[in-house]
Amino acid sequence: MSTDTISEGAHANAGIALELERTEERKPTRTGPRRWAGVRRHFWLYVMLVPGIAYFAIFKYAPMYGITIAFQDYLPFLGYSGSPWVGLKHFHELFGGPDFFRILGNTLMLALLHAVFVFPAPIIVALLLNELRISWLKRAVQSSIYVPHFLSWTIVASLTYLLFGLTGPITAAASHVLGYTPDFLASQGWFRPLIVLQSIWKGTGWGTIIYLAALTGVDPNLYEAARIDGANRWQQMWNVTLPSIKSTVVVMAILMSGTLLDTGFEQIYLMTNSLNRNVADVFDTYVYFMGITQGAYSYSTAVGLFKSLVGIILIFGSNFLARRFGEAGLF
Amino acid sequence: MARRRRDINFNTPGSRVFDAVNVVFLIALGLATVVPFIFVIAGSFASEAEITARKFFLWPHHFTLGPYQFIFSTDTFVRSLLVTVGVTAVGTALQVFMTFLMAYPLSRRRLPGRRWLLNLVVFTMVFSGGMIPLFLVVRDLGLLNSYWALILPMAINPFYLIIVKNFFQEIPEELQEAARIDGASEMAVFWRIMLPLSKPILATFALFYAVGIWNDYMSPLLYISDSSKWTLQMFVRQVTVSTDVIQNLDPNYVPPEQGLKFAIIVVATLPILVFYPFLQKHFTKGMLIGSVKG
Repeated sequence: MSTDTISEGAHANAGIALELERTEERKPTRTGPRRWAGVRRHFWLYVMLVPGIAYFAIFKYAPMYGITIAFQDYLPFLGYSGSPWVGLKHFHELFGGPDFFRILGNTLMLALLHAVFVFPAPIIVALLLNELRISWLKRAVQSSIYVPHFLSWTIVASLTYLLFGLTGPITAAASHVLGYTPDFLASQGWFRPLIVLQSIWKGTGWGTIIYLAALTGVDPNLYEAARIDGANRWQQMWNVTLPSIKSTVVVMAILMSGTLLDTGFEQIYLMTNSLNRNVADVFDTYVYFMGITQGAYSYSTAVGLFKSLVGIILIFGSNFLARRFGEAGLF
Repeated sequence: MARRRRDINFNTPGSRVFDAVNVVFLIALGLATVVPFIFVIAGSFASEAEITARKFFLWPHHFTLGPYQFIFSTDTFVRSLLVTVGVTAVGTALQVFMTFLMAYPLSRRRLPGRRWLLNLVVFTMVFSGGMIPLFLVVRDLGLLNSYWALILPMAINPFYLIIVKNFFQEIPEELQEAARIDGASEMAVFWRIMLPLSKPILATFALFYAVGIWNDYMSPLLYISDSSKWTLQMFVRQVTVSTDVIQNLDPNYVPPEQGLKFAIIVVATLPILVFYPFLQKHFTKGMLIGSVKG
């Protein structure tokens, strides 16, 4: 669960962290008395691990054990062990229920819009910034487009409501142009465009950092060679710059694919209201409404589990595809 | 240098047109991220009549502190502000301490069981119990409506933990060995050598965590139902987001004045904007710590 608003940024790091774990050399395992001597020698190191291990046990692994209630009719007074087992009942209910295809459709639609509009935005902006040769202007633009990353979704939603609300300036401007007053916030048709706009506004600037870093790593000699071969600017960008950042793009795409179904609980929840509910409901918010609001713990856990499993399949699948097409992949 | 050499190809007419369009586009992009804020700040100092009449402006004609005086005179707002400051301060300290304390032993390559633990940590990055099972754990611990529910479930971010561990690994082991030979305990090595050496990265992750808690909306939404314990983000949401829709459904509903919404947004964002220069510097660095090595 990503309660952490910064985790988008940290995902990139994590990918590399996984990579580092893999490349570390394996030491032959010691056995018997020598191993226990090692444990005794490092006693205080283990003591330092205790709070951390307790954290992971309680707040990461205990909830994983809690997934068992997806296969039970969980009742709080019976607990995890006392509640009756019901097998796949909740999954049948989910797949056979009237909500499933609507929510799946909404989620996939937002995922598709994300992949088409939100994902490429930082790549394009990074390439444009890279072509900007007035360095003070480049710094000024960077400083301002990073700002929204640090704002909470609550603030982003508030700004959206102020600007696109019935009394907001954008609604006023739109009604001037269109001749009628569009109700951006309470109509189904505007929900997705607003979500995409919010995501682009909040994340694009920050997303450029990783690509700009990759761009500084491009060997200047390559440009010179291209120039001698008579390449114009467009050709240099297409044939030198883009291939140089291709692996970064692939890594970011894999990371994105794993989070495709994570439509961003806070963002969607804050923009959902009774009038756009039909297109706004996605797995994340559905789990919340069913579990927390209506108390259907077992059913909503089953929905959450389904979503996590699809996410894992997606990330491993795209990693496989990336390797298949000759890229390094993540793992 | 490289740039200057490329310049020869930049003097064609097409190239200059591209440059001009590019400059205009990027300036527009920069403004699009900043202008909404200037509007909100301007609006927070403007009278209600001016907001209604002018719709959009970047500088108020008639200055007023009315909205600020009002929100700071209400108990609910001041309390939520204090709660958020307190939770952020305590939470950040605890998160940083827990993360660094766990990262240090994990950075010691010869620690038996280390690999096993690391795998367990990495596994939580790709799979989690999900919202409801975590909610039930928090509930069973009796943390509902407790401020600890806003801190403890996020005490260690596994992504940050791995990055800090990698950073510790870069510190030459001879330093630790030397201190151990001089009789320093493991705790002393951690406090006196490792932590002082990692001050910059400590600042970076303190900021990461602090912004995370300050901006967190999901945890208070899940775990805090008592409105007297609301955090600032809950308050912002209540005032700015929910009312417009209610207004659509119920014409008799009187929303809080526009000026108040503007002022509340400004206060909730102020720490972020004030610390922005530090945030930009440290976040950019933090973002690249992992990738530079990779």
